[in-house]
Amino acid sequence: MRSDAMQRFLAFAALIVIVFVFSLLSPNFLQFDNVVGILIATTVNGVLALGVTFVIISGSIDLSVGTVMTLSAVMTAVFITVWQLPVPVGIVAGIATGGLAGLVNGVLVARLKIPSFIATLGMLNVAKGLALVISGLKPIYFNDTPEFNRAAMGSVVGGIVPGLEIPNLVVVLFVSALVASLILSKTILGRFTFALGSNEEAARLSGVNVDAWKMAVFTVCGLFSGIAGVLIGARLNSAQPSLGQGYELDAIAAAVIGGTSLSGGEGSILGTVIGAFIISTLTNGLRILSVPQEWQTVVTGGIVIVAVYLDIVRRRQRP
Amino acid sequence: MPEAVGDLLVEMDGITKDFPGVHALRDCRFDLRRGEVHALVGENGAGKSTLMKILAGVYRMDSGRIRLRGADVDIATPRAAQQLGISIIHQELSLMPNLTAAQNIFIGREPRGMLPFLLDERALNKNAQALFDQLHLRLDPQTKVANLAVAQQQMVEIAKALSHKAEVVIMDEPTAALTETEIDELFRIIGKLRETGVGVVHISHRLEELKRISDRVTVMRDGQYIATVDTKDASIEQIIRMMVGRAIFEEAREIHEAHPDVVLDVRDLSRGRAVRQVSFDLHRGEILGFAGLVGAGRTEVARAIFGADRADSAEISVNGRAANIKSPGDAVRRGIGYLSEDRKRYGLALSMDVETNIVLATFRKFLRAFGRVDVGRTRSAAQQRVERLAIKTPSIRQKVRNLSGGNQQKVVIAKWLTADTDILIFDEPTRGIDVGAKSEIYHLLNELAHQGKAIIMISSELPEILRMSHRILVMCEGRITGELSGAGATQEQIMTYATMREAVARATE
Repeated sequence: MRSDAMQRFLAFAALIVIVFVFSLLSPNFLQFDNVVGILIATTVNGVLALGVTFVIISGSIDLSVGTVMTLSAVMTAVFITVWQLPVPVGIVAGIATGGLAGLVNGVLVARLKIPSFIATLGMLNVAKGLALVISGLKPIYFNDTPEFNRAAMGSVVGGIVPGLEIPNLVVVLFVSALVASLILSKTILGRFTFALGSNEEAARLSGVNVDAWKMAVFTVCGLFSGIAGVLIGARLNSAQPSLGQGYELDAIAAAVIGGTSLSGGEGSILGTVIGAFIISTLTNGLRILSVPQEWQTVVTGGIVIVAVYLDIVRRRQRP
Repeated sequence: MPEAVGDLLVEMDGITKDFPGVHALRDCRFDLRRGEVHALVGENGAGKSTLMKILAGVYRMDSGRIRLRGADVDIATPRAAQQLGISIIHQELSLMPNLTAAQNIFIGREPRGMLPFLLDERALNKNAQALFDQLHLRLDPQTKVANLAVAQQQMVEIAKALSHKAEVVIMDEPTAALTETEIDELFRIIGKLRETGVGVVHISHRLEELKRISDRVTVMRDGQYIATVDTKDASIEQIIRMMVGRAIFEEAREIHEAHPDVVLDVRDLSRGRAVRQVSFDLHRGEILGFAGLVGAGRTEVARAIFGADRADSAEISVNGRAANIKSPGDAVRRGIGYLSEDRKRYGLALSMDVETNIVLATFRKFLRAFGRVDVGRTRSAAQQRVERLAIKTPSIRQKVRNLSGGNQQKVVIAKWLTADTDILIFDEPTRGIDVGAKSEIYHLLNELAHQGKAIIMISSELPEILRMSHRILVMCEGRITGELSGAGATQEQIMTYATMREAVARATE
């Protein structure tokens, strides 16, 4: 079995075990409302993790996804409530904001040759600061456009299948994941994402325009951060400028738990989605069992360490 | 215009290239005809690779002129070279291990599907299969490159060159990591390329190969063009003389009686399938040669003795005392040193200077109170080694990265001598080292043995084994299949033992 497929299988098995254990420990865990709660809680982190998966497979890292998400949310709010743009236009412009931030990351890394860890650490703070400046440190509410929140929390699925009231933002996660998965496996961008992470110099010597594709990868990541920004804004019916930092670590954790190798060249969208669900399911379950928030963080941290260790063990076994 | 075998494909003239602080190439020339194999030889640092990298668009020349099929060309990038039909197969293979063979071959030129950004994976694999068929290769295009042997990866590179409709194929030391059978296969494929009118440039250190494969030989030395000769008219001795600018005399091996003292005794060493019940002893002042094909288990034996890998079972005694070696640290404390075949990865801290590398394994000896390093003593120790071993370096402050292969090897030797090791295990001590430096390394090994060090020398080069060893152990598939005395052994005897696969198979049943 391919090694990242192995990790994906392990992650899926772990998810099943986690669900099983929590459902034994608490009768409320598998209630429909709680399951929907887990799905909603997975959405934002899941979409962020999709983008970060691209960057990690390409052999770089993006630490700015959390605050770029916040900046996108704030800009969406500015476009819709201050500039009074139509909601769909505001959404597209908000996503584009994320894409732009991603492109800047790409230029810093590919053209100026700044290590991605440092470049995106800088972007983390730049985006965080800009979000605070633009919002004037205060949340911006979407009170004049209730349809924005309704679009996210309403349920098209529930309209088709009565009783299955799954909010639209969860559908957005799965559609985004499907699109990401197709990009990664079926398009030229996906092929070069793997090529960059596998052996960048070889790709360059084969005549691949390495810099341009690297910028494309970071832009894709930024676009997903933008989508996450719109989603979190719609869910909270507001852009919260102080939110966002720390989200990048959960996103990276989701990718790594799902078998994406931090050394690049390996990973999958399916794995990342499973990873995101492991994190949110654990958090949810621990909360139901009244485990304090601090301890939830300790547990998710520990899981990341275990996942990375497993990755190293797999690598060592290779002939 | 009719294109016949023998037409000039490439003419390079007056090529000059400087790197910061180094004149890499001075007024070099080279030409290549259609359907010929043109060998390019010279010591390390002679400029062969640089010259060919200019032709392949990896480097830009400072001045000079390149003509391709009679027309001046400007080759600015690897892509431009590919489009002109020039492909290079680099010394360090440049494949992407996480991608499949087919994906590697067509990287950047993937067949597209219904939409221009969609991949057509089926066409991709079919095209790759067609290339493999053309070369009569049995390879699955959908295998990940990480799972292929080095030789197979090279075939993938050749298929890739072929897919570019390359008329010029440059191979930079293609046989360095191959076994004899694999080399035969490679030469068969080079022959196929030649038949189709491709011009092949073959950069190599192994001079015996030239006679087998090449039509002409060009010799370079110190960044300069020396001469081009028809291979059939030149003897290997003549070529060597042109390479080094002086004649190298094969020194007669001094065979002295092996000392009766056994310093290392290994009994029933086993590790998985790689090493099976290996037993031998090593005497003081002896050079014990380990011969065999690549993958026979020789390196694994060395690593297990050195504690780098854990043996499944073994009884090892050093100087008559049972030794339980669990880590390289244990081995070093018992006076065993291991010089890896991959110096750059395992033997040296490339970005550090000569002095630091020499005292690296023995810092503890140079400490003063409170863990301060006695810089005066490390400096004088390093200086002394540099002089004794004649390491060519501007100063002990020079970064090891900037030294030639032979001098890097000497730095590793210096490190282990500083650590007072009595047992030295050399794994392919002259791999990637040019002819001149080789004989210096040989001389050094003889001297060390003479001083009473016990030496295990693993080597895939039979002349080297025969020339240096007092005794020769031959391995095949994890077992020792034969022991020969260095005095009367022949290459044929060694090869017989090294290929005793059937005997091994029967014994295992």
